[in-house]
Amino acid sequence: MIPGAFDYHRPTTLAEATGLLAEHGDAARVLAGGHSLIPMMKLRMAAPEHLIDLAAIEALRGIALGTEIRIGAMVTQAELIAHEGLAAACPILREAALQIADPQVRYVGTVGGNVANGDPGNDMPGLMQCLGARYALTGPDGSREVAARDFYHSAYVTERAEDEILTAILIPHPAPGTGYAYEKQKRKIGDYATAAAAVMVGRSAASIAMTNLADRPIWSQAAGAALASGDVAGAVAAALSEIDPSDDNRGPAEFKRHVAGVILKRAIERARARAA
Amino acid sequence: MNEMTPNQSERAEKLKGLGSSRKRVEDVRFTQGKGNYVDDIKLPGMLFGDFVRSPYAHARVVSIDADAAKALPGVVAVLTAADLAPLGLHWMPTLAGDKQMVLADGKVLFQGQEVAFVVATDRYAAADAVELIEVEYEELPVVTDPFKALEPGAPVLREDLAGKTEGAHGPRRHHNHIFTWEQGDKDATEQVLSGADVVAEEMIYYHRTHPCPLETCGCVASMDKVAGKLTVWGTFQAPHAVRTVASLISGIAEHNIRIISPDIGGGFGNKVGVYPGYICSIVASIVTGKPVKWVEDRMENLMATAFARDYWMKGRIAATKDGKITGLWCHVTADHGGFDACADPTKFPAGFFNICTGSYDIPVAYLAVDGVYTNKAPGGVAYRCSFRVTEAAYFIERMIEVLAIKLGMDAAELRRVNFIRKDQFPYHSALGWEYDSGDYHTAWDKALAAVGYEDLRAEQADRIEAFRRGETRKLMGIGLTFFTEIVGAGPVKNCDILGLGMFDSCEIRIHPTGSAIARLGTISQGQGHATTFAQILASEIGLPADDITIEEGDTDTAPYGLGTYGSRSTPVAGAATAMAGRKIRAKAQMIAAYLLEVHDDDVEWDVDRFVVKGAPERFKTMKEIAFAAYNQAIPGLEPGLEAVSYYDPPNMTYPFGAYVCVVDVDVDTGVTDIRRFYALDDCGTRINPMIIEGQVHGGLTEALAIAMGQEIAYDEMGNVKTGTLMDFFVPTAWETPHYETDWTTTPSPHHPIGAKGVGESPNVGGVPCFSNAVNDAFRAFGHVHAHMPHDHWRVWKIAHDLGLHG
Amino acid sequence: MAKTHIKMTVNGQPVEALAEPRTLLIHFLREELGITGPHIGCETSHCGACTVDLDGRSVKSCTLFVGQAQGAQITTVEGLVNPDGSLGVLQEMFREHHGLQCGFCTPGMITRAHRLLQENPAPSEEDVRFGMSGNLCRCTGYQNIVKAIMAAAAVLRGEKEAAE
Repeated sequence: MIPGAFDYHRPTTLAEATGLLAEHGDAARVLAGGHSLIPMMKLRMAAPEHLIDLAAIEALRGIALGTEIRIGAMVTQAELIAHEGLAAACPILREAALQIADPQVRYVGTVGGNVANGDPGNDMPGLMQCLGARYALTGPDGSREVAARDFYHSAYVTERAEDEILTAILIPHPAPGTGYAYEKQKRKIGDYATAAAAVMVGRSAASIAMTNLADRPIWSQAAGAALASGDVAGAVAAALSEIDPSDDNRGPAEFKRHVAGVILKRAIERARARAA
Repeated sequence: MNEMTPNQSERAEKLKGLGSSRKRVEDVRFTQGKGNYVDDIKLPGMLFGDFVRSPYAHARVVSIDADAAKALPGVVAVLTAADLAPLGLHWMPTLAGDKQMVLADGKVLFQGQEVAFVVATDRYAAADAVELIEVEYEELPVVTDPFKALEPGAPVLREDLAGKTEGAHGPRRHHNHIFTWEQGDKDATEQVLSGADVVAEEMIYYHRTHPCPLETCGCVASMDKVAGKLTVWGTFQAPHAVRTVASLISGIAEHNIRIISPDIGGGFGNKVGVYPGYICSIVASIVTGKPVKWVEDRMENLMATAFARDYWMKGRIAATKDGKITGLWCHVTADHGGFDACADPTKFPAGFFNICTGSYDIPVAYLAVDGVYTNKAPGGVAYRCSFRVTEAAYFIERMIEVLAIKLGMDAAELRRVNFIRKDQFPYHSALGWEYDSGDYHTAWDKALAAVGYEDLRAEQADRIEAFRRGETRKLMGIGLTFFTEIVGAGPVKNCDILGLGMFDSCEIRIHPTGSAIARLGTISQGQGHATTFAQILASEIGLPADDITIEEGDTDTAPYGLGTYGSRSTPVAGAATAMAGRKIRAKAQMIAAYLLEVHDDDVEWDVDRFVVKGAPERFKTMKEIAFAAYNQAIPGLEPGLEAVSYYDPPNMTYPFGAYVCVVDVDVDTGVTDIRRFYALDDCGTRINPMIIEGQVHGGLTEALAIAMGQEIAYDEMGNVKTGTLMDFFVPTAWETPHYETDWTTTPSPHHPIGAKGVGESPNVGGVPCFSNAVNDAFRAFGHVHAHMPHDHWRVWKIAHDLGLHG
Repeated sequence: MAKTHIKMTVNGQPVEALAEPRTLLIHFLREELGITGPHIGCETSHCGACTVDLDGRSVKSCTLFVGQAQGAQITTVEGLVNPDGSLGVLQEMFREHHGLQCGFCTPGMITRAHRLLQENPAPSEEDVRFGMSGNLCRCTGYQNIVKAIMAAAAVLRGEKEAAE
């Protein structure tokens, strides 16, 4: 498994990076942690001629807890897990991140890479939809923000334009007393979810999203609404009506649909138990 | 004896011989990254080989265009079947008496088959060249189901065998049929079945999997044209056999071939086979005059080098009402893939599957195995088991459970009433084996007591009631297994591979100052031979194990042997080591007697010395004797102290064990949690308890993988669905349970030190034990049998089909 | 494609070399620098045999381009021996507790365990199993690996003497 040849760029500013992306167009790909892209390149399923490594851009790093939570795109899963302030402010992030891949991958894999590449198996996109996060994107024409709930169209097809870079994730602080749970069934450490569910539930609001049960993460407004009114069965039914799992080595769609219902119910129970 | 002389047990302890948990000598280099594995070898001017492989499972190769690849800087050569044909090397013999394409000769028969071999100055250039080679294929109908392969209108896979009605193992009755192998008494068995009180019947599928050692297969071939000598370093579990095969197919005289197995990163059967990569590397080195390295990647390893299992086993077992088994019938449909490359002794095309009567006194039995070609990879190696023994153990241990259900009997009790009794050994089984020794009842009682079997059943009954009341969604399964292995192949009178008798060997040289080197025909792949063989020898010759170097794997220096697989190293090479040690001791006795000025018969062996009978203060230590052997002219004796032994075992050895597994099953998600696993092994005399325990942990974990998720799965087009470690299940430390280990000791009566071998027992016993536990969890709800692997969805499906999801 | 000038520090030694940008870090270490402790097992970042320590992080060097390690401090299993050349505590404990068999996963295991104990000097058995879950072993069943790491942690905390 040997990747094809490419030119390697290591810009130190965002402007330089977007400039390179504009210059090389389709022939370029940005590299965050690389744990999705590099295996694809080794299988020669991706063969960019230019690789733009974002690792040296200071502006993409750091976690800030201001009026809202800002996570730089190049923050690794390990940095996110280790951040005590973040764990206090929004504990579901740590709970979910610990269920991603394995320790080595979490040291390198970034939150930005996880949400940006549009792999339906990734855990962070559904979680960010659940949390009502927004993504900051910068391109040649400036910056904009897109809601996570509007970002994903289908597998690997997202709202991000080819010449844009996802620079940060912005998350509103959960209301005090909000209960949370991230529940994931997988075959083993390092696997994608057979089914996963993110649940936030407060006194009069709730949010539910599911992972790897369609060609994109599924945030169900109806499920959240049902849960907010205390209707657990209704919430589960609503979420299940929106997923569209497919057969794979983890099992047939029928099985995944059933498991999705079970783990969503468990996530809801756990989240409600944590709500103050 | 004066106070300065250590007593017998102190001296024995110093030797670190049999029974000592001696630390491994290999570990000093491995722990600091100083192992020397094949991919670590770097020779001046070395080139790299890489394969173009077929994306199709069955297709005609219309054309191969390598012009663009050849034009790429760094590319030295591209080999196709057309280049190998003039040398007669486009096909090669398999270990099973069939032949296999080295490079696609007109067609391909499985996905991942080798089509062209690129040689370049580095592995990056080679990979680029592979991308540039254009192969035009014409797709042919694919057969991945061995039953469909035997239908009258099935596609013809092996056109090269057209019209051949006789194969290496007798008549072929269909164009995709390889052999039928029958054992036992068919008529008598059918008679018993037709008149039996109870007959339980089940189809039991042992799915296709793969040994998947962490290091893949590879080699470095180096043809020295000046010296006329070919040296090949490679991941070979049987280096001498590789040398002989290489000589026979290349025409290079055997003395001009040197095969070296360096450190091997796990084998588990995967590295027994001879693969096209080895042949292509050798040819490429001859053609280019440079060393050529080929190391497969993980996808290639899982797709193309030897798989294991893939046995469809139909069983019928007869018993009296009170549970005494009266007969066993079994028919196996064995999927061998596109070529028959199984690694079995020649006379055993289904290996030792006829051990399938297990640990039970079954008066009559019949077995037939049909080998079948399909569009899957060739192989059929013994993945951490003796030849097809894990299939046999899985079959009988599942059949016992199925019978217990039919009888409404406790499965532990059913086993107990049918065990071969201690006084029946040596025991002649209905399918032709002579079990050497065993004490099954003692082991079984110890195991059941250790786990508190009655309490576990009571807890399980409570759980079922709680489940029925809606208080829990988790069921509890208790897996039982009592297995008997058959290892140590084997007696040359009936065991050979390609005509090479399956003896093994040891050559010992004692140095004048009392240290030694011993060389063997085996090769460690992690078993710790350098540690344990020195222990056997230490106990035999009285020199400290720390002063004995063990060397294996270099055919220029090691005596001829058949290698390491099928748990044969301890039973065969271990015996050779002890026997060679005894030859040393016999000569040492004569030297000691001479030095002590007494008759040979007047000295006796005492741990590390010969002592004059009745005068313990008069002795010569082995160290003193060694010095004398080289420095004193002893009348009637040649100088020196060396010995060689080629050991042809009189029989196999029959290790056994009793395992119990407790699993909690989440009915709603199919998630299983191994709560407890107890393994009692009886491997005869225990050489190094620490290493035995490690072997048991490892074998159980491979069994866990196989039982709970590990498979090579194909879709209907013959595409491999499980080609990476994302989908091919290898458990991490997180999914692996803690194991409890235990033992009894029933020495082999025919082995010089009574040892039986242990490396493969835990896999053989572990697989049925995990599977029985999962199946047992659902027994109360009318469930009988579900095929492995028991991954989440298949476990969920058991529950679903039983209506447990409401 | 032009070669890139690579500088890094490996096991305390500064190294410089020219490499194609697509060179994977594992190949750079093994073939350019002759550091063959880290191994290649799966190539898809599942097995951890290629694990090295990069600026205080355990990483899988089969899934990093050499440029991503530009200027980095890298430690491999070779760098974990004591200054006098004797085995380091983890290495010694793996030997003491039979935490290895074929030895192929061992360099990655020990390198990963080194970082785990730096971050958590007093792990529970569960912490060790979770913290080592990025490394596959086909031989040992992990039980003795876990035991070895727990023992090394105790030695490093000064609670136990290392064996001879």
